[in-house]
Amino acid sequence: MLEYARWKYILVAGVLVLGLLFASPNFFGEDPALQIARKDHAAITPFETKDVETFLKDKKVHFDRSYVDKGRLMVRFSSVPDQLAARDAVNENTRYKDGYITALSFAPRTPEFLRALGLRPMPLGLDLRGGLFLLYQVDVNGAVGQALEGYAQDARRALSSANIPFKDVTTVAAGGGGQPNAVRIILPPEADAGAARSALNQAFQGLSVSTESLPSGSAIQAAMTPAQIKERQDYAIQQNITTLRNRVNELGVSEPIVQRQGIDRINVQLPGVQNSAEIKNLLGRVATLEFRLEDTQDNAVEAAQRGRAPLGAKLYTHTRIGRPILLKREIIATGDQLTNASVVQTPEGVGVGVRLDARAGENMLKTTKANLNKPMAVVLIEKRRETTEVNGKQVSRDVTDETVINDATIRGVFSTNFQITGLTAGEARDLALLLRSGSLATAIYVVEERAVGPSVGSENIEKGVNALIIGMVGVFAFMAIYYKIFGLVADLVLLANVVLLTALLSMMGASLSLPGIAGIILTVGMAVDANVLIYERIREEIRKGVSPQAAIRAGFEKAFSAIADSNITTLIAGVVLWVFGAGPIRGFAVVLTLGIATSMFTSLMGSRALITLMYGGRRKLARLPI
Amino acid sequence: MEFFSHQTNYPFMATRKVWYTLSAVLVIASIVSFFTRGLNLGIDFTGGISAQATFTRAVSVDEVRAKLAASGFHDPQVQNFGSSRDLVIRMPPEPSETAASIRAKLEPAVHSVDPGAQVRQLDLVGPQVGNELKTSAIWALSFTLLLIFMYIAFRFHTWRLSLGAILAVLHDPILVIGIFSVSQTEFDLPVVAAILAVIGYSLNDTVVVFDRIRERFESNRRLPPPTVLDQSINQTLSRTIMTKVVTSIVVVALLFLGGPVLKGFSEALMIGIIAGTYSSIYISSAIALDCGLNAEHLFPSANKAAVDELP
Repeated sequence: MLEYARWKYILVAGVLVLGLLFASPNFFGEDPALQIARKDHAAITPFETKDVETFLKDKKVHFDRSYVDKGRLMVRFSSVPDQLAARDAVNENTRYKDGYITALSFAPRTPEFLRALGLRPMPLGLDLRGGLFLLYQVDVNGAVGQALEGYAQDARRALSSANIPFKDVTTVAAGGGGQPNAVRIILPPEADAGAARSALNQAFQGLSVSTESLPSGSAIQAAMTPAQIKERQDYAIQQNITTLRNRVNELGVSEPIVQRQGIDRINVQLPGVQNSAEIKNLLGRVATLEFRLEDTQDNAVEAAQRGRAPLGAKLYTHTRIGRPILLKREIIATGDQLTNASVVQTPEGVGVGVRLDARAGENMLKTTKANLNKPMAVVLIEKRRETTEVNGKQVSRDVTDETVINDATIRGVFSTNFQITGLTAGEARDLALLLRSGSLATAIYVVEERAVGPSVGSENIEKGVNALIIGMVGVFAFMAIYYKIFGLVADLVLLANVVLLTALLSMMGASLSLPGIAGIILTVGMAVDANVLIYERIREEIRKGVSPQAAIRAGFEKAFSAIADSNITTLIAGVVLWVFGAGPIRGFAVVLTLGIATSMFTSLMGSRALITLMYGGRRKLARLPI
Repeated sequence: MEFFSHQTNYPFMATRKVWYTLSAVLVIASIVSFFTRGLNLGIDFTGGISAQATFTRAVSVDEVRAKLAASGFHDPQVQNFGSSRDLVIRMPPEPSETAASIRAKLEPAVHSVDPGAQVRQLDLVGPQVGNELKTSAIWALSFTLLLIFMYIAFRFHTWRLSLGAILAVLHDPILVIGIFSVSQTEFDLPVVAAILAVIGYSLNDTVVVFDRIRERFESNRRLPPPTVLDQSINQTLSRTIMTKVVTSIVVVALLFLGGPVLKGFSEALMIGIIAGTYSSIYISSAIALDCGLNAEHLFPSANKAAVDELP
């Protein structure tokens, strides 16, 4: 008699049922769909759903059904032409154009009750679906530089208001590093270093401050600690991710992925996107605004000829009229202080309606009150990276373009709400989007770009699935021939293994790539190993003349340590690959690692339960079909 | 059906000098090829531009190359990709170009060969990313080997088996890299993943043999080590071969059906599985033997107890 504890049977059965449930959404396939979301990110209401349905019916666009998923309306179609017709109809309608974003998408044909349980199929990776992959390098040192500039500005202000003279405030690399990490203030001999330090207390809070005597005067240096630098860099990346996410959402791409990769990279995956130029241009733009008063006392043309602005002013070029213009140094408001921006129609044409936060609004109110009938200008600041080849070496440098896009006389007093005019319709749309999605904390640059056509994706799926089916059929046939009934048991166990692996991957929301499919195929090949170890051991025991049931028990027990040790070594390789790999390689590593876990469970517990069930109770068992 | 109906009894240990020599020759040849011919690194590692184009008819690789060079691309490499109608075009990094500007030059060049041609995939990898990947691949490899060394030393109480396992396992990626270097097959990121998987699988076999060695020593500590090692390898031989046959079935399916994207990956796996099976049968245990492995190393505490009981 062979026995296996009842709780183990229950465990195996329970895991299998759960596995089937979680894996099931993957077996239904998907339909073309149109995803409609509100621009203000609010959930779509049943009323709006009804409205869209009636609209599509009026337009005679045939759709299957619609439902709200994660606050967005999904309308499913049986064919791609219907899907495209529906998108065009919705996008051309003025009622929807302003408040909603549409995106072409695929909706799984998962039945309602599974979807209600929150079960979803594995999303397909870009190599299987087609789309655009962008890897951005974040200029984290630039972020630290910005923070230092902020400290330097605060220091200047603090010293001026305390009436302490100073020669120079610069950012320096303290401690021998290559990147600036400190602010250095040079004081003339007549200045009191002690008084300066206490005046700077507030501005340099948290920094490590030191004073130094120089041959002429003294120097105060305030360095950011490594922890502060890291915090600043992390903040810059987090903020850039948020901004990129906002921009991607504004563009109406369905199921985009925006995530951090490594220390200073952001990886953006846009399924289904084909036109990279336009999207890349919008995603990576570092644009912000500054509002300044115009300096009307000095002559801008003279300043431009001299190449130097007079004290308290800054020289710009006005893009519309192409002439130099002088603006005052004080900034009334910046792009960071915007709470909303949208395209508006004004009597003077298309413009961007801007709303400021309370603090900037107050400042704006004060300024406009005091400067009625004086001109104010809007400065657009854009950063980009220029790469040139110098003596065969690539040299990159950052370029900041600051241009005045608009200047107008202040006709009335205003605070938080006003409009920027003088833009073309396209410029207004892009500017509103950029301002609304928030500015990037620091510049980003594309370091890797991959565009996969949709036909490449479907071919890859076909090839992967074919290899999977043929590989599995081959293994199944071989096992059945070589180990007879026990081989069939192994086949069932392998099938269960694939189901469990699919279930785990779906639960994790891991996206499936071609290397991931290769991982599943390899798992099938390797999961056989545990069974082979057990069966060969059983055969060995039978050869020694042990009774069949004792042979089964000995086979499972003696094979255990070999199975455990050998799988753990493969697991080590899988985990390292998981940690070090990126993109599709990580997909492969995830599948490999999880596959080892599921195959240990299915072959040690699953196949033992099944074999005990089949042969454990038989009193007269002369031979095993192995 | 059974391939191994009776217990085999091959003298692996007695003949180990032959296998050492064979391995040494292959490893040295691989290393020489690696340093003289180098690897045909893919754009994952070098950075650069890779485009995949599909034509309506079979086209000449040379014609496409000439057209591309005429359009101002530097040193374009053109290869067939799966079929004679599909081409993959690789070019060194062009810092001042963007995907859009490359596409704008590439499409007319391809259309001048065949107006119905399509550029279906366009990849740009910055040289910096490539360099980092190279470093992280080497790290991943070293880290895996270190962890495995530690695990085996911990599980089997002796560095002799660890060393045998690591040397046998190092042997496999070296052969894969050697063959990739001789054949100049493109070495890309999936190949590195395949090599790490191969390391895992090769160890898998080695550990199964070691597990049997431990068991044999446990049942009879007086047996001379070469006998125990031969018995252990022979007793696990049917399993080693069987598992590799089955794994090869799926790898062959991947190789022939997985398409050009997975070709390098499947080839690396195939070579690695053959090398791994060989090294875990012929090399790993033999090295442990030459390091002086005996029963005492596997059961240190039990041995001490035995000594204490002596009068």
